[in-house]
Amino acid sequence: MPNMRIVLLAVLLVIFSATFLIWGLSGRIWFILELRAVKLSALIVVGCAVGVSTVLFQTISGNRILTPSIMGFDALFILIQTMLVFMLGGFGYTQLPQLAVFGGEIAAMVLASLALFTLIHRRSRHDLQMLILVGVIFGLMFRSMASFLQRVMDPSEFAVVQGAMFASFGGIDRVELLLAGTTIMLLSVGILRWASLCDVVALGRGPAQSLGVNYNAVERRLLIVITVLVSCATALVGPITFLGLLAASLAHALMRTHRHILLLPAAAMIAAIILVAGQALFERVLGLQSTLAVVVEFAGGVLFLILLIQGKIR
Amino acid sequence: MISIEALNHAAGTTQILHDITLTIPRGGLTALIGPNGAGKSTLLNLIAAQADVQSGRISVDDLDVATTPRTQLAQRMAVVAQRSDIASRLTVGDLVEFGRWPHSKGRLTPYDRAIASHALEVFDLTNLSHRFLDEISGGQRQRAFVAMAYTQQTDWLMLDEPLNNLDIRHARGLMGELARLVREENRSIVIVLHDLNHAAAWADHVVALDAGRVAFSGAPDQVLTAEALSTLYNAPIQTHMIDGRKVILHHR
Repeated sequence: MPNMRIVLLAVLLVIFSATFLIWGLSGRIWFILELRAVKLSALIVVGCAVGVSTVLFQTISGNRILTPSIMGFDALFILIQTMLVFMLGGFGYTQLPQLAVFGGEIAAMVLASLALFTLIHRRSRHDLQMLILVGVIFGLMFRSMASFLQRVMDPSEFAVVQGAMFASFGGIDRVELLLAGTTIMLLSVGILRWASLCDVVALGRGPAQSLGVNYNAVERRLLIVITVLVSCATALVGPITFLGLLAASLAHALMRTHRHILLLPAAAMIAAIILVAGQALFERVLGLQSTLAVVVEFAGGVLFLILLIQGKIR
Repeated sequence: MISIEALNHAAGTTQILHDITLTIPRGGLTALIGPNGAGKSTLLNLIAAQADVQSGRISVDDLDVATTPRTQLAQRMAVVAQRSDIASRLTVGDLVEFGRWPHSKGRLTPYDRAIASHALEVFDLTNLSHRFLDEISGGQRQRAFVAMAYTQQTDWLMLDEPLNNLDIRHARGLMGELARLVREENRSIVIVLHDLNHAAAWADHVVALDAGRVAFSGAPDQVLTAEALSTLYNAPIQTHMIDGRKVILHHR
């Protein structure tokens, strides 16, 4: 019964969240609880964005090993951060109005992707592979430009950039969280209305069209949803898409269904559970040494390999 | 009736179809034959709105293929492509139920399920309905796709080489079932065939394409002659009558 598995995931998520909130609670309880609640909300909305966007991206690309990060979102984000620090200096960067930077980053990422989609769709229609390839190339270009700037910048300013290069859930701005969180949750819940349409899209262009789906229009809309989800999550906490592959594979392995009405919530919850557990481990056991990415990638990677060897992922 | 007027199609700089004007009658089984690269699949895909019409006009009954919304076309016409690789992990039963999408939009009624399970029976797939598509043979998968199109219950059924990978029993069974649909349910079928004997045995109408042009078309008894076929395929082909049926020999 797949529905029982969704319930199981929800229960797990609640248990992990509660543990995260109350583990080692002492001193000024309400103050700490409030801080942790903000962090927990960020972990959950980011998990949701990553899980949903990866499943959708794999559906339209017809490929189970891709994530939206291949399109170079992370690279663009890092390039923007690097350029800001390079131009304004480390001190100037920290003086920038945070909310404006946040909004600007989302706008830049969404606009860049839209420009890319429009360009590709006009030049060679029906070619998502081409879109992905161009995305990869732009990603490489952004990355090289960013690393060039990082090479020539002052070491102390580089330290500021480095802080932005890894996802971090410390010091989340509440207004940003509210904006990004609301957008992510609205999109993630709204997309469930298209769940059965996504099932048909997963059949591929030919079969979907012969079943009456206007594939080009649906593909474009899904790409926009993916872009907004990834941009919001990245602007909120930094590059995080590494998690997507893991969450989507685990969702497919656990749910054993093609139905997006089950796959999308499952991937969202799995990503959230991994993030919450990883952050708890990172904060309480590893004492904030290394980064969350390392924890998630190591623990998640091991889990992924075990499942792969057992034949649970295919 | 499908009517095609002044249809041209190019892929890049290669002209694939040259100025095709053709009508395909309603209520019959029409076989599209011709050598590799003649443009059979391209023509079928254009009729089925799987590719955009570049110049010319195609209409299926009263619907212009280029301007009719896909949802409406999908209730009129079902397509089985030559190759279908599906990334999602589906069972045969799931795939066949997708055939009801144009009607139910994902909310299957008991009636939809009944049609799907009937299709499984018709195409000898009931025992396979819980197997995954990547765990069955090419021929079984081919039958599953035909069953999905059948489940769409459309007036027109377009099939691109559905006999690929099928053994003798299932090829014969499929052609017999298609002929029955035409005869008893008044459906119209367009089918790309490489096996000329199947075309001679089952088709009501034959259209031969050669290098993007219509070489000949008409009733199989009249147009499938040794000379016409030898010219079409550029190979020596003989026809014989055995027990009142036309048999086409081309093997050596």
